Amino acid sequence: MWTYNKMLEFPVKIKTTNPKLAMAIMSQLGGPDGEKGASTRYLSQRYAMKDKRVIATLTDIGTEELNHEEMVATIITQLTKNLTIGEIENSGFYQYYVDHTIGIWPQAASGMPFSTATIQSTGDPIADLHEDLAAEQKARLTYDNILRLCKDEPDVYEAIKFLRAREMVHYQRFGESLRLVQEGLDARNFYAFNPSFDKKAPCLD
Amino acid sequence: MEKMCKEELKQLIRSTNFAVIELGLYLNTHPTCACALAKYHNLKNTLKEAVDVYERQYGPLTIYGVKCEEEWTWVNEPWPWQEGGNC
Repeated sequence: MWTYNKMLEFPVKIKTTNPKLAMAIMSQLGGPDGEKGASTRYLSQRYAMKDKRVIATLTDIGTEELNHEEMVATIITQLTKNLTIGEIENSGFYQYYVDHTIGIWPQAASGMPFSTATIQSTGDPIADLHEDLAAEQKARLTYDNILRLCKDEPDVYEAIKFLRAREMVHYQRFGESLRLVQEGLDARNFYAFNPSFDKKAPCLD
Repeated sequence: MEKMCKEELKQLIRSTNFAVIELGLYLNTHPTCACALAKYHNLKNTLKEAVDVYERQYGPLTIYGVKCEEEWTWVNEPWPWQEGGNC
């Protein structure tokens, strides 16, 4: 069960509209390495995980990603507030506006709709945790790309910098989770079986 | 805490809440760390108190925080993405 908290993890207060930047940042909502993919990935992977500490990690990071979705959606909403038709016509926001006006619809910057085709939940703890480590790095580099685009927008820059820093912390925690899972296995060959599926897995004894 | 203004209280809640989340993530993979556990309990109490003071003065932060018995105040305060919201 989840409870909504009527507060963001980090303040987002953007005063200037910038539809072009909103289009770029949208990728971190519904893009291949965005926050919606992150929360869906971690919260789905929990059910095949056996280690209670790692289930807690997936639950809590997945939950934090839900807040990051709201932060990114808030950034986009504030960047597109009070847009004039002229500003829409002269920015990359033109195509998005036709279908969604200034509403929030999860998509990549390229226009590709949000899809779980860009994430995995394999049912194998070691494969999933490697996926999670890669996901945090991909999200980190996407934020790095966005930071290069918003150097002149301090309000946006600070919020993106915070989100980038969280990717680094999550990467660290997933690294520790992988170590915890591996410590519970036969160290001679971690990859001989799926500890959540094959009967000979020691953690199922 | 009672004397803090709305912005100060929000900042205290946001920063303490962040520290509790961060300590929780750390404790998930280091559950025997006594130092982090002590910090968690200390900050959790500060957070509880700050949220209580805030909710009595300015309105609920979660659906469990509605204090007013005459009015459904959950819908009154702006949402985080709106102007004046808790962002």
